Amino acid sequence: MIFKGRAFLFGDDIDTDAIIPARYLNTSDPEELKKHCMEDADPEFYSMLNKGDIIVAGKNFGCGSSREHAPIAIKAAGVSCVIASSFARIFFRNSFNMGLPIFESDEASGEISQGDVVEVDASSGIITDLTTGKQYESKPIPPFMQKLIEDGGLIEHIRKTGGI
Amino acid sequence: MGMTLAEKILAAHTDTQEFKPGDIIKVNVDVALANDITAPVAIQAFKASGLNRVADTGKVVFVLDHFTPNKDIASANQCKMVRDFAREQKITNFFDGGEVGVEHALLPEKGLVLPGDFIIGADSHTCTYGALGAFATGVGSTDLAAAILTGQAWIKVPSTMKFTFNGTLQPWVGGKDLILYLIGDIGVDGGLYHVLEIDGPAVSSLDLSNRLTMSNMAIEAGAKAGIIPADEKTEAYVKVRARRPYTLYESDPDAAYVSRKEYDCANIEPQVAFPHLPENSRGISEVGEVRIDQVVIGSCTNGRIEDLRIAARIMDGRKVARGLRCIVLPATPEIFRNAEDEGLIKIFLDAGAIIGPPTCGPCLGGHMGILARGEKALATTNRNFVGRMGDPKSEVYLSGPAIAAASAITGKISSPQEVLS
Ligand code: SF4
Repeated sequence: MIFKGRAFLFGDDIDTDAIIPARYLNTSDPEELKKHCMEDADPEFYSMLNKGDIIVAGKNFGCGSSREHAPIAIKAAGVSCVIASSFARIFFRNSFNMGLPIFESDEASGEISQGDVVEVDASSGIITDLTTGKQYESKPIPPFMQKLIEDGGLIEHIRKTGGI
Repeated sequence: MGMTLAEKILAAHTDTQEFKPGDIIKVNVDVALANDITAPVAIQAFKASGLNRVADTGKVVFVLDHFTPNKDIASANQCKMVRDFAREQKITNFFDGGEVGVEHALLPEKGLVLPGDFIIGADSHTCTYGALGAFATGVGSTDLAAAILTGQAWIKVPSTMKFTFNGTLQPWVGGKDLILYLIGDIGVDGGLYHVLEIDGPAVSSLDLSNRLTMSNMAIEAGAKAGIIPADEKTEAYVKVRARRPYTLYESDPDAAYVSRKEYDCANIEPQVAFPHLPENSRGISEVGEVRIDQVVIGSCTNGRIEDLRIAARIMDGRKVARGLRCIVLPATPEIFRNAEDEGLIKIFLDAGAIIGPPTCGPCLGGHMGILARGEKALATTNRNFVGRMGDPKSEVYLSGPAIAAASAITGKISSPQEVLS
């Protein structure tokens, strides 16, 4: 699968309260949640976003709460994937379980500029900045997690295999 | 090669014969917890699985603590969904109405989480139970749904970082100050993917309440778990509460740690974390003049009876500063009752504080104490992210109960000594 879109840059330690503020968690409806995606980090984000655009962030993306509303909001808003130097561990798990593709690359995170058009080949993990022509490799995904993605997330995996 | 405490607990909960850090293994879950925000998402995932039975109802705990008493129609509907599910699946450890306490204060108090357990919770502060010598970690709702369907979870085996606190505690220093100091040292991603094992004479001198505060904030360093080895104090705490067997483990002397750090408590004064990250901690003497509009004493971090006693000692016979709102939220009904019996509630009321029911409330900007644009709060909670307690332009400072209570009296962030002298 190939993802292609404009890069939206964010800094280090973007927490789940910035991704989807707790004041909106009285619902889990993706259509509601998406309107507030990244609101406390950049209030204009959702209105500027085109389908397929990509979030590029620094270290520890998704730190804080365990709320799955965070990857749900990002996915529902139309973001195709997230690239970061590193991800907070619960966000990392949740993304695989929910089917939001995420890619870890320190270099890509440091060099891609706001608005660059970026292409990601999900199977190889190669990230290409089409604006600058530069290519980056993302960290390989452990085989178990690849299996989860192939099966369509953790719940589908359980349905298919009868267990984890 | 010896094993760490965390590795021993994992080994006791998996069929995998041998494993090393980085391996993904399947682990049997003793307790699976969710709340009124995360349970609805887990229930939707549960229903989507096509399977329709909880593997072991005795291992599931639901606590409706975040937006309760229901703050609006949407949150009432979420709670109803969990209530209906709990009834249909006959989940007995379901806490609603007058039985609700903030989950991570409630579960240890009820003896539902015990030493040697492997616990997952769809709440990041599930790591609190590490203070009992358990492996407890936060996950998302889908992981939680998988655990209640299969009784298992997958986990990437973590390495362990060791932190030892030596020396004796300075006046007014408690578990909150030690953990803020640690996070200030290693940063909010300093423990990413790792287990923090925390010990030392200073930690042994702390009661369980203070230890629970420390493990609670392991996630603020990005860690998977924050484990404190169980000792006689732990045993005394759990013995009267447990209704099933438990196991005390300790790390082998030759266990492998990725890093070891020692701190001397002689150098640790009461801490305050500045906006907008818990790692921005500094000693009270370096705070300067910070005027505040609100103080919140409560939460799973510092809403236990021991915290309320400290706050009451400082506020006794004094008045909350004019123009400041001081909100006290006992974390569980039992804590509330004890605070009433001990006369603490009267002290708070006489001081002009607001007493609320056990709820997460303002800790996550839910309700009951939301900040306006430009306002500043000092809270005994665990997160001070942008917008955490209300308007994105408001600010949250974090501290233990002693500084919070003193600051409520003076109207600015203050040391207890300023008030008591
Ligand atoms: S008190 Fe705060 S940190 Fe604790 S469970 Fe509630 S919202 Fe989470």
